Amino acid sequence: MSSALANLRIWIDDRFPMTKMWDDHMAKYYAPKNFNFWYYFGSLALLVLVNQIITGILLTMNYKPGAATAFASVEYIMREVPNGYIIRYLHAVGASAFFIVVYLHMFRGLMYGSYKKPRELIWILGMLIYVCLMAEAFLGYLLPWGNMSLWGGKVIINLFSAIPWIGDDISQWIRGDFSISDTTLNRFFAFHVIAVPLILMVLVVMHILALHEVGSNNPDGVEIKKKKGADGIPLDGIPFHPYYTVKDIFGVGVFMTIFLAVVFFIPDFFGLFIEHDNNVPASHLATPEHIKPLWYFTPFYAILRAVDWKLGGVMVMAASIIVLFFVPWLDRNPIKSIRYRSTLFKINLMTFALVFIVLGYLGMQKPTPVFKMATQVLTIAYFGFFVILFLTSLKEKTKPVPDRVTK
Amino acid sequence: MNDEGVDLKRRRFLTASTSVVGAVGAGAATLMMINYMTISEKDKAQGAPIEVDISKLPPGKLLVVEWRNKPVWIMKRTPDVIKAIEAVDDDKLRDPNSEVAEQQPDYAKNKYRSKTKDMMVVIGLCTHLGCSPREEQAGGDLGADWPGGYLCACHGSTFDYAGRVYKHVPAPTNLVVPNHRFTDNNAKVIIGGVVKKEKKGAAS
Repeated sequence: MSSALANLRIWIDDRFPMTKMWDDHMAKYYAPKNFNFWYYFGSLALLVLVNQIITGILLTMNYKPGAATAFASVEYIMREVPNGYIIRYLHAVGASAFFIVVYLHMFRGLMYGSYKKPRELIWILGMLIYVCLMAEAFLGYLLPWGNMSLWGGKVIINLFSAIPWIGDDISQWIRGDFSISDTTLNRFFAFHVIAVPLILMVLVVMHILALHEVGSNNPDGVEIKKKKGADGIPLDGIPFHPYYTVKDIFGVGVFMTIFLAVVFFIPDFFGLFIEHDNNVPASHLATPEHIKPLWYFTPFYAILRAVDWKLGGVMVMAASIIVLFFVPWLDRNPIKSIRYRSTLFKINLMTFALVFIVLGYLGMQKPTPVFKMATQVLTIAYFGFFVILFLTSLKEKTKPVPDRVTK
Repeated sequence: MNDEGVDLKRRRFLTASTSVVGAVGAGAATLMMINYMTISEKDKAQGAPIEVDISKLPPGKLLVVEWRNKPVWIMKRTPDVIKAIEAVDDDKLRDPNSEVAEQQPDYAKNKYRSKTKDMMVVIGLCTHLGCSPREEQAGGDLGADWPGGYLCACHGSTFDYAGRVYKHVPAPTNLVVPNHRFTDNNAKVIIGGVVKKEKKGAAS
């Protein structure tokens, strides 16, 4: 039996690089041995992606895109389809979980300088994944056709109308109608279930291929490929499988415990993951009292609101995302890990994380004068991070970096 | 590439001409698909003008009707509302006399933003990002200076009772006045028809 299997493997390997791919990416991919807590989130992001795809396919079996049918079909899934409510909550909470995991993954990259040479393209591909994810989340948010879906969609599509001269035509082209309608809902469905996921999958594969080409960074920011043993294997490297597959399975266990607890017991997460206003069917005549996007967009939404000028607000918000693409070149210090960088860098990065969270909070609040002032100050602080990084990163007082990874 | 016995001039010509023809074909196909996503004939037809009976509308009451999926506000203004509009200081407004041509037909190019000062017809969508503002009366959350008008709760844009936008808010322009005309001795209003701004999209 086992020799029959071995023969089958040889037969396949002669025709398709099965064993080679397994070795290149798992059994003989040598990752630094000092990965810590922060290195769980890459594999968790992949797990959530799989969750979104499987639950998404199941949801499309009962979801009916169309202004007259969408809301009712979601209610149908929730009330009548066996386990329908679990599948929908897995998908809806999964969207929020995706952003939690991705934000932590990005923060890890910022802490350990994982965007630096030779990993600039990994960072850029990751940013493209993040932008796709935002598009995917926004498109999916329209589909339940609740009132917040409709009005949130109106607000975001109207961002395009700020473009001079052709903005109104572009908005109308995206909607395919004078305002968001049945037509818009159907095309958003098309984008959400096929167009963006396809791009997302290609980008994820490219992200991982680029990572495996140059090798993983680690909490010390030391290139393990510089110190190789006689066998050509990095001294500080351990094969991804079985070492990190097992480690990641432990992470999956912890993550699933928390994730499923939320899915089962607080799926709307106090109105943060599923907004209460979205349990009301879409109405073109009644704006929800307070329109806000879901929590993962609110930092950027706050930045948009900080500017008293439509085009300006849109540009500043776009800039707040675009600037992240340039981090590999804004940070000019060759030392990767935060462990060996200056106190100034540590304070700057922690302040940035804090500013991002507080902006997220402010983006959920009503635009009262005090909050607005706070938003404006924090928007400047947001961009300040990048300015300080660029200006000080060459002159930092850094600590000596060890030759080999530490614990 | 094997260049042996090859006429390089002909090869270059063939490469260039194939590329050009291919690019034109790809461009035409892309245009066709972009066009596929523009507004359909059915949606255009549903954007046709609507007729609204306003004979029984009491003064001061806001009537909201749906036209092209947008809320259109119709109100017979009371003398108090007209007074409130006249009392607003022009310096506080971005466009007190409705100079921005796209925001209204020519007959509404005045401080009341209407054909006659006692009839309001305006699209109730904030010109910032399209939320629907609500009436915010004087003496509310907006402080003692607020004379009453419309507030967009999304991003805090404010408008007076004529739909004129205040300065220092995100909305760039006054509320849009749709093309409209009154018939049957002002008992009915017809909303729609060609409005300057939507000529391009709705031309048919």
